[in-house]
Amino acid sequence: MISFDGLRKAYGARAVLDGVSLGLVPGRVTGLVGPNGSGKTTLIKLLLGLARADAGRILLAGAPTDEDGAYRARIGYAPQSPRFPENLAIGEIVAMLRALRPTATLDESLMDDFGLRAEWATPVGTLSGGWRQKVSLACAFLFRPDVLILDEPTAGLDPIAAGVFKQAVRHAREAGRTVLITSHILSELEELADDVAFLTDGRLRFAGPVSLLLEQTGMRRLEPAIAALLGGLRLATTGPGAMGAGRDARPA
Amino acid sequence: MNALVLVLRAGVRDLARNRWLLAYAIVLGAIAESLFFFGGTGNQVLLSLLNATLLLVPLVALVFGTMHVYASREFVELLLAQPLPRRAVFAGLYLGLALPLAAAFVVGLGVPLALHAASSDAPWRALWYLACAGVLLTAAFAGIAMAIALRTDDRLRGMAVALGAWFVLTIGYDAAVLALVSAFGDWPLERPLLGLMLGNPVDVARVLVLTALDAAALLGYTGALFRRAFGTALGPVLAIAALMLWAVVPYLFARRRFLRRDF
Repeated sequence: MISFDGLRKAYGARAVLDGVSLGLVPGRVTGLVGPNGSGKTTLIKLLLGLARADAGRILLAGAPTDEDGAYRARIGYAPQSPRFPENLAIGEIVAMLRALRPTATLDESLMDDFGLRAEWATPVGTLSGGWRQKVSLACAFLFRPDVLILDEPTAGLDPIAAGVFKQAVRHAREAGRTVLITSHILSELEELADDVAFLTDGRLRFAGPVSLLLEQTGMRRLEPAIAALLGGLRLATTGPGAMGAGRDARPA
Repeated sequence: MNALVLVLRAGVRDLARNRWLLAYAIVLGAIAESLFFFGGTGNQVLLSLLNATLLLVPLVALVFGTMHVYASREFVELLLAQPLPRRAVFAGLYLGLALPLAAAFVVGLGVPLALHAASSDAPWRALWYLACAGVLLTAAFAGIAMAIALRTDDRLRGMAVALGAWFVLTIGYDAAVLALVSAFGDWPLERPLLGLMLGNPVDVARVLVLTALDAAALLGYTGALFRRAFGTALGPVLAIAALMLWAVVPYLFARRRFLRRDF
């Protein structure tokens, strides 16, 4: 569904992504992990067209993502730090986003499940970070997108809201959507992710099913497995039906 | 509905409820009202309002505009992640900033001026020129603010650049021109000085309003040159055209940056 092919991106002399190749498959949830500054958010920004790659290309359903932005109608995005115009009410923001995609089929279940309608007329500026995150996530799921890009989605969410969100991700997976989640909370990814892509220093060190990572590292949990990778292991996979291997991801 | 209109409408609704913008309109209104209260005649009030406009409008547009762009960065990223062309998003953001600022100026000064219209002897033409000058200065400095904020990622540095731009264009520029005249007083400086005057929107706005008032002494050297060169008929047309150019050029610079930059 989505393939990143030899992506390079540098800010000044610093290479943030250095030849990253990765495939994301429909009906699977991929956890994109890596230390701060490893290039996770940059990879997402390249997919969304917020930044331009120095080299490489991104294909969405076989078609290159282009300048006109029409392909973004298939993507739902929840940013890391959602901020909206402070004096607009939740209802006004949702109405605006709806009007931007007038032909899309809507899925308003998260609006209800998060209890957003009770705060429909509340200005966003008066909401807590957790409530803003709920608005952002509900908007990302609103248009039933083929692809969901969720950057640190549970930051600031209370446990109940986090549970609602996880259920929504599972439904999206069952509906055959492609889901990419970045998170530093690895226990959470362990619950949701089928695959994991591990970036450090702008290079893809591992891409494949979570089970394979656990097997190859001899660990039972994702967190020590990632720690083992960080410790110097260089693993990769090309498992059929899973993610495509990164150019840098080599077998141990 | 058109993407530009949707982004613009969101911007206008947001800023229409912004307390700082409300305070800006109230301060302008209070200045005008107090000038009338303390017994100023129409012309005197208009001259004082002109000075207030030339100082306040660029300052508010630059500082408020720069802060607004920085505060909107995450929302801009969200908009750019939608299936919208960048040009439409930029145009919507610019107009969503410039129109509420211009409206606050017009309402802030317009209400007291309308209330005192019957007792005022200020020429209508000067009032129109003042409104034109304020609106076009707002448009120009909103564009400059956007260009600064899109060029400089560091908020503190961006704010310093915005304040520096305000200082240079409202105070420093005239001082530099004066120094030039003093240093090269024996040379034929009329044409270069006219060019220099058009190079500063604040000077152009000042001359535009003063051409409609009987205040030759306040025109200054360049203003007097401008009136002598173009007269009171062609002069205002040229000044308004120059201000319109000043509104367009920073917009184009900021748009170019917006279209090319990474978010």
